[in-house]
Amino acid sequence: MFENLSDRLESTFKKLRGRGKLTPSDVEKGLREVRLALLEADVNFRVVKDFINRVKERALGAEVLESLTPAQQLIKIVHEELIHTLGETAVPLNLSGPKPIPILLVGLQGSGKTTTAAKLARFLKKKNLKPFLVPADVYRPAAIDQLKTLARQVGVACFDTQPDQKPVDIVKHAMAEAKAKGYDVVIIDTAGRLHIDEEMMNEVEEIKKAVEPRDVLLVADAMTGQDAVNIAKSFHEKVGLTGVVLTKVEGDARGGAALSIRAVTGCPIKFLGVGEKLDALEVFHPDRMASRILGM
Amino acid sequence: VIERNVDEKFFEELEEALITADINIDTIKRLLTPLRIRVSQGELLKTSEFKEALKAEMLKILSLEPPAFPPEARPAAIFVVGVNGVGKTTSIAKLGYRLKKSGFSVLFIAADTFRAAAIEQLENWGKRMEIPVIKQKLGADPASVVFEGLKAATSRQIDVALIDTAGRLHTKYNLMEELKKMARVAGKAVEGAPHQNILVIDATTGQNAVSQVKWFKEALPIHTLIVTKMDGTAKGGIVLTLTHLFKIPISFIGLGEKLEDLEPFDPKAFVEAIIP
Ligand SMILES: Nc1nc2c(ncn2[C@@H]2O[C@H](COP(=O)(O)OP(=O)(O)OP(=O)(O)O)[C@@H](O)[C@H]2O)c(=O)[nH]1
Ligand SMILES: Nc1nc2c(ncn2[C@@H]2O[C@H](COP(=O)(O)OP(=O)(O)OP(=O)(O)O)[C@@H](O)[C@H]2O)c(=O)[nH]1
Ligand SMILES: [K+]
Ligand SMILES: [Mg+2]
Ligand SMILES: [Mg+2]
Repeated sequence: MFENLSDRLESTFKKLRGRGKLTPSDVEKGLREVRLALLEADVNFRVVKDFINRVKERALGAEVLESLTPAQQLIKIVHEELIHTLGETAVPLNLSGPKPIPILLVGLQGSGKTTTAAKLARFLKKKNLKPFLVPADVYRPAAIDQLKTLARQVGVACFDTQPDQKPVDIVKHAMAEAKAKGYDVVIIDTAGRLHIDEEMMNEVEEIKKAVEPRDVLLVADAMTGQDAVNIAKSFHEKVGLTGVVLTKVEGDARGGAALSIRAVTGCPIKFLGVGEKLDALEVFHPDRMASRILGM
Repeated sequence: VIERNVDEKFFEELEEALITADINIDTIKRLLTPLRIRVSQGELLKTSEFKEALKAEMLKILSLEPPAFPPEARPAAIFVVGVNGVGKTTSIAKLGYRLKKSGFSVLFIAADTFRAAAIEQLENWGKRMEIPVIKQKLGADPASVVFEGLKAATSRQIDVALIDTAGRLHTKYNLMEELKKMARVAGKAVEGAPHQNILVIDATTGQNAVSQVKWFKEALPIHTLIVTKMDGTAKGGIVLTLTHLFKIPISFIGLGEKLEDLEPFDPKAFVEAIIP
């Protein structure tokens, strides 16, 4: 399992090479290896299918067929197309317009929303902005405590959410307070929810309508498997995502979910979570992610 | 109704169902190859026959008997481990609820001293069920919390001590060493402890779960799995690969965020959800 794609392609082509020049059907065999590598990286089945169809034309061109190093040429094409799909450049937060600027974090249970909220606050504080953290998860035991504790660790203000408040009221009050106190960015942490939980999805839609966030970020775990497409699609349809934060990236997951989510929503991946500590937030680099997905 | 015969289109659809359930490609190959040989020999020609044969193969892999819960020792010390955010603390709450309902006395040990409000989270669950929680401060040595907790479990004649550990990525050497130390210290507090180590796997996880089991197993023996978040749309198929590769049984599945949302693993239902 998990053999390096480069090795696999080398050995595939070496066998075929023995018989002379590569044929288009040889390249198809190479593409089959690429397909397997992408599936092993957790890129969604359908997304892989579309992707392979797209690179096929280039792969069947002279670049690969006539190359002395067809494996490397094929990888180069796949790598480039991956970068293209992932979005060529890093897309920053949308911090233009009147303040306070609301940012809404959404996602499945345990994906890393609360931690990411605090990381973003720290990131913005470093940019000399005044962030305001808002706990809008009244369900998970101690979720409010968690964000309040993290806010203290970062040294930023946190709205004093009461557990008996409704999330929609929390965010409205928090926005009013942010305006009155002159905060620049309001970061709203919401409860984890399943994309198929209608009631909870309606709640997050209501929150969105109440504050009209400039950015709606899906916080997704880098270890997510094939289901990433369903999750991303549902959240996108309901609240209109503007970006993605991929978390727990410092592990050894290949992170194919990044490609799946990008492909089905068209939303840029804006940040990577690379640790539990609050400085472990990085700006997204498509080239690194492409290499990682290919296991290189 | 005329029954459909197996054909390439059927195999393609089947492959898609298995892959999108997160079963590993190698496992899929191993499952399908012998069955396809039987097709070429004129057997399993109807799609329904083929599917039933496939399900039977999957059930063979999944039919490992989970260890007794709770284990017999008193106090029984149970470690719950896993990567970040999979549902360890919530699963402990659910297990505590289940044990209490069956008449066992339970104690929670708050050995996640790292994550903000992890202790409060466990205390909150404990309070709801009147289960005592042994804790120290944020940042305390988790091994020392385990020791103190198990000593308390012994002196209070508690039946089962459930130990909540911090989420950790299996790739972090220091954190995995810390886990080993916690297990060693547990053995010093109570003879034979830990008596059961449960690895929690999130059903939404893809192929990385293989690496998770591999490295957690290096740190301590993993006796059984709990698969959480089975109430979503992810089928959790990677656990078929896990049981296949590592022969670790699955005890329970998590089906929501409430205390009652934990059920014994039912291999039949699991397989039916993947291949309807
Ligand atoms: N290793 C690692 N852990 C992370 C990262 N981001 C978050 N975590 C951890 O993941 C776990 C879950 O994080 P939370 O921020 O509580 O997740 P959440 O999405 O708010 O969870 P719910 O509110 O329960 O839905 C915690 O143990 C965090 O420390 C990351 O980038 N790397
Ligand atoms: N839908 C669903 N959510 C679950 C399930 N089990 C746990 N959760 C949720 O997942 C999130 C994380 O659960 P925790 O129990 O805090 O996870 P953990 O593994 O202890 O997290 P860390 O200690 O931060 O590593 C919470 O929002 C839980 O409510 C489940 O079976 N289904
Ligand atoms: K599920
Ligand atoms: Mg949270
Ligand atoms: Mg926990």
